[in-house]
Amino acid sequence: MGIRAVAVYSDADADLPYVREADEALYIGPSQPARSYLDAAALIEAARKSNAAAVHPGYGFLAENADFARQVIEAGLTWVGPGPGAIEQMGDKIRARNLMEQAGVPVSPGTREPVTDVAEAVTEAERIGYPVMVKAAAGGGGIGMGAAADEAGLRSAFETARSRAERFFGSPAILLERYVERARHVEVQILGLADGRVLALGERDCSVQRRHQKVAEETPSPGVSASLRERMLAAAVKAGEAVGYRGAGTVECLVDADAGSFVFLEMNTRLQVEHPVTELVTGIDLVEQQFLVAAGEPPSFDPGAIHPAGHALELRIYAEDPVRFLPGPGTITEWDEPAGDGVRVDAGYQAGNTVTPFYDPLLAKLCVHGADRAQALERARDAVAAFRIAGPKTNLAFHADLLASPDFVSGDYDTSLVSKLRPR
Amino acid sequence: MAEVRAEMVANVWKVVAKEGDQVDDGDTLVILESMKMEIPVLAEGSGVVTKMHVAEGDVVQEGDPIATIG
Repeated sequence: MGIRAVAVYSDADADLPYVREADEALYIGPSQPARSYLDAAALIEAARKSNAAAVHPGYGFLAENADFARQVIEAGLTWVGPGPGAIEQMGDKIRARNLMEQAGVPVSPGTREPVTDVAEAVTEAERIGYPVMVKAAAGGGGIGMGAAADEAGLRSAFETARSRAERFFGSPAILLERYVERARHVEVQILGLADGRVLALGERDCSVQRRHQKVAEETPSPGVSASLRERMLAAAVKAGEAVGYRGAGTVECLVDADAGSFVFLEMNTRLQVEHPVTELVTGIDLVEQQFLVAAGEPPSFDPGAIHPAGHALELRIYAEDPVRFLPGPGTITEWDEPAGDGVRVDAGYQAGNTVTPFYDPLLAKLCVHGADRAQALERARDAVAAFRIAGPKTNLAFHADLLASPDFVSGDYDTSLVSKLRPR
Repeated sequence: MAEVRAEMVANVWKVVAKEGDQVDDGDTLVILESMKMEIPVLAEGSGVVTKMHVAEGDVVQEGDPIATIG
């Protein structure tokens, strides 16, 4: 695109490949996120020093922080993302649910106001009906989220959610909603164009989760029929239109595959980790579109001719043990990526790097594309077998088990799949 | 004397027990944080915490002593 890339890094990341790959890289502080990647002033100062014209927030840290977006804009820089207003409206999960309900997007029964004390939570849970999901209204990443089947479970889930909500998100507000068992987690990629139109670029199935965090994703979803897809994509467009959405975003839903129905879960006002699977089937570079939209330009593709082809999978390669999924940082002594037809590896590390305990365990995204799901699975199996990483613990062995499991291979699975593969 | 050690590289987020405390099997001594996950370090038997080897904000390596229980 002819854009010079300026990266920022903390002490922990100083030796990582992206620092050298960028046209320029600026040091912004110590390893602790609060003193570097979450330090808005340091980030804006880095942008000033390097004469950057725009800030792309990636998909972690401040990517969904409306105050940061505002500060970027006030500093005279272009924010590569939706307007701060849209981030704010969607960032508060209670407000988002209410807004979606008004826009005609289906939501599950839940609280319309923040819940801040446990007695109120008990009353609300009785009204909604057990089981309920308890989560931080300002939260994300599955942190502090818990399901409760009865009042005792609710009391304990509420305390956990409230303490995590305060610690990680700076707000004790809690949201309760009906917990959908045997659900698939399916999200729709949307793109708000510079001219105001909102497009839906297909769905991704993210039901393979541990601790409410995604481990593998695929598109199209084996649990979504053509008619359900049509309704979900239309609802996602409505969701985007309701907040005047610009740029790349994701509308997350819970799907009851047996009933052929779905409810809105939340909207992520940023690029997602798993965006490559959508890129592989549509041939659309989503990051390129983000920059074009931010520059006020039309997209690089014809919005009237979006034709996804084939099947794509993403396997998240985490630095964690493949059985209990506990963190396993360490120094990488061997790193050998698979290659081949339809294989794409987006990696953050190489041999000699040290994986530190400071950030999330994602080492690489192993993505494959095939003409159909069977070919994608076959290519994924070969790629997992060929990926060599030594030093830190990795979940490669888990992915080998996943790709061999009859439930995953059949396509008939839900968010309980990982706990079935790894019973405690 | 029993030495409780870190199972992985981590940051010490919270020190729950202090020297002189009487602890029982399964009591939380320290909460570590690694890769955005909280990992409680538990006492593996009853006794008195004779030495706490870590403070909040420390980084521990796999195998480092966390606490000594006598």
